Amino acid sequence: MSIEDLREHLCATYPDLCPLFSIEFGDGTLAVQVGRLQAAAADLKRLGFDRLGMVTAVDRGETFEMVYRLQSREHRVGVFLKCPVPREDPRVPSLVAFWPAADWQEREVYDLFGIVFDGHPDLRRIMLPEDAEGHPLRKDFVSERVIPRPDYI
Amino acid sequence: MTLTVESRQRVTDARGSAIDELVVNVGPSHPSTHGVCRVIAHLEGEIVTKADPVIGYLHRGIEKMAENRTYLQVVPLTDRLDYVGSMYANWAYCRSVERLAGITVPERAEYLRVITCELQRIASHMMAIGSSAADTGASTMFLYAFEVRERIIEMFEELCGSRLTYNYVRPGGVSFDLPEGWVDLCRTFCEGLTDKLAEMDRLFFGNVITRGRMKGVGVLSAEDAVGWGASGPVARGSGVDWDLRKDDAYSVYPRFDFEVPLGDAGDCYDRARVRLFESYESGTIVMQALEQMEPGPVNAPVSRLIAPRAGEAYDHIESARGSLGVYLVSDGSPRPYRMKVRSPAFCNLALLKVLAPGHTLSDLVVILGSLDPVFGEVDR
Repeated sequence: MSIEDLREHLCATYPDLCPLFSIEFGDGTLAVQVGRLQAAAADLKRLGFDRLGMVTAVDRGETFEMVYRLQSREHRVGVFLKCPVPREDPRVPSLVAFWPAADWQEREVYDLFGIVFDGHPDLRRIMLPEDAEGHPLRKDFVSERVIPRPDYI
Repeated sequence: MTLTVESRQRVTDARGSAIDELVVNVGPSHPSTHGVCRVIAHLEGEIVTKADPVIGYLHRGIEKMAENRTYLQVVPLTDRLDYVGSMYANWAYCRSVERLAGITVPERAEYLRVITCELQRIASHMMAIGSSAADTGASTMFLYAFEVRERIIEMFEELCGSRLTYNYVRPGGVSFDLPEGWVDLCRTFCEGLTDKLAEMDRLFFGNVITRGRMKGVGVLSAEDAVGWGASGPVARGSGVDWDLRKDDAYSVYPRFDFEVPLGDAGDCYDRARVRLFESYESGTIVMQALEQMEPGPVNAPVSRLIAPRAGEAYDHIESARGSLGVYLVSDGSPRPYRMKVRSPAFCNLALLKVLAPGHTLSDLVVILGSLDPVFGEVDR
C-alpha cells in the first residue's frame, strides 16, 4: 500500500484523524496532541500497524517532540506518530500496553531526554548509570566531559 | 566480577517446598555474554525465575556525537555501532542522508552495497552461530564458522583496507571500486560456501548434544516477536515472515531471486538454523549480483559539505540482526540536528526477560547467544 492509499484508508475509517495526517517527502505523519496520543495509537493499531519500530524524541527548544515509527506488516507501509510535549514537566502516556516493544525504548527516551512516561511498568535509566545527572540528548545539556569539536568547516 | 551471588532469600517454589531464592549477577564481563552485558538473574534452585539485563556499559553517546559533526564525518561513527556488521550501519545511515539530501546513487554502487552487505551477513551469522556453538560447548564448530568469516574479512580488507570498521558505504555511493581479481576471489568463495554450510549443518545442527541443548529452549511465540518489535532471524525463527529485503524491497533487491528461511518452533535451535540458511541465500544473492553488475561509476558527485533541506528522513535496511533504521532530523545546517539509530539488537535483547524464566542458568547463556546481541549497537 502506498502512503496515499493509506491516507484514503485512514480518512475513510477514522475521519477525525484525517486532518491530522500529512505527507511530506513521501513520509506519512500523524500529528496529535498528548491528550489524544493513546486513542490515536489504538486507532492505528486497529488499522493494522502491528509493529512499533522506533520511539524517540527531538529537542525543539520550547517543546520536545515525541516521534513513534509504526510499521504495518499487512499493508507494508510505515508512518510517524508525533506529539509535542512541553519542556516544563514533560509527561507522555506510555504505549507499553499497545506494543511491549515500547518498554525499553521509552526507558531510553526517559534516560536521555528526561521525558516521563505515565503508566510505564518499570521506568528507570537504561543507558546511563542510575546516579547519572541530567539528560544528555537535550540541547541545553552541559557537562565538563563534553568537549566541543573544533570547527574545521 | 563474573558470577556473584547478590542476595539469598527463603521462598516457596512451585511445588510448595521452601528453597532459597538466589539473586545472581552474571557479568558485566563474562565469557558467555557476547559483550559487556550484565544479567541479574533470580534463581530458584537452578531455574531462572526472572532475568533483568543491565546494559549501557558500551554507551558512547554516538547519537550526541553525531550532532557535532558534518554528515560525512558521521559515517565512521556508524562503523562503531554494530562492529560485527559495520557495512549495515554505514548503509542505513547513507540511505537516510541520501533520502534527506535527494542524492541518487549510481547502479554499480547499489550492486557493490548489496554484495558487501550480503557477504557481511554471512560473516555476521558465522559469528553468531560460532559463538552459539561455543556457548553449548561445541568449540570445533566455532573454528569452522570463523574460518568462513575470516575469508570474508580478508576480502573486505582487500576491498577497503580494513578488517572491522570499513567506512566503505558513503553518501552517494561507495568509497572504492573492486580491486583487480576480487570478483574471481568472491566467486570462488561463494561456490565453496554451499559445501561448507552443509558440513556445518551436519556437524552442528545434526548433533544430538546441540539438539538437546537448543531445541525447546527459549521458545518465542510469533505474537510476542511482533509485539516486542523483534526482527531479523529472531523474528523469523518464530515463523514471522518479515524481511525488509522483500517487504520493503529497497536498493536492487527486487532483481534477485532468493528465499526467506523461516523457523516454526521459535526456539534457540530454529533461530540459529535460520541464520545458517540465510547465509546460503546470501551466497546466491552475491553470485547473482556479480552476474548482473555492469561497469560504471561507483560514486555520485556529492559535496564534502552536505547541507540538506530542513526536514527529516527515516530509512531502514535488513541487517544481520534485523530492521536497522536511521532517523535524521536536519535544520538545514551541515550537521545533523538529531540522529537516532533504531537498533535491532536493542529490541531483540529486550526479549531476554520474556524468554529466560523457567529455564536453567546454563540455558540463559544459550538464549542470550541465540538473540545475537552486539553491544556496540545495543548501547550506542
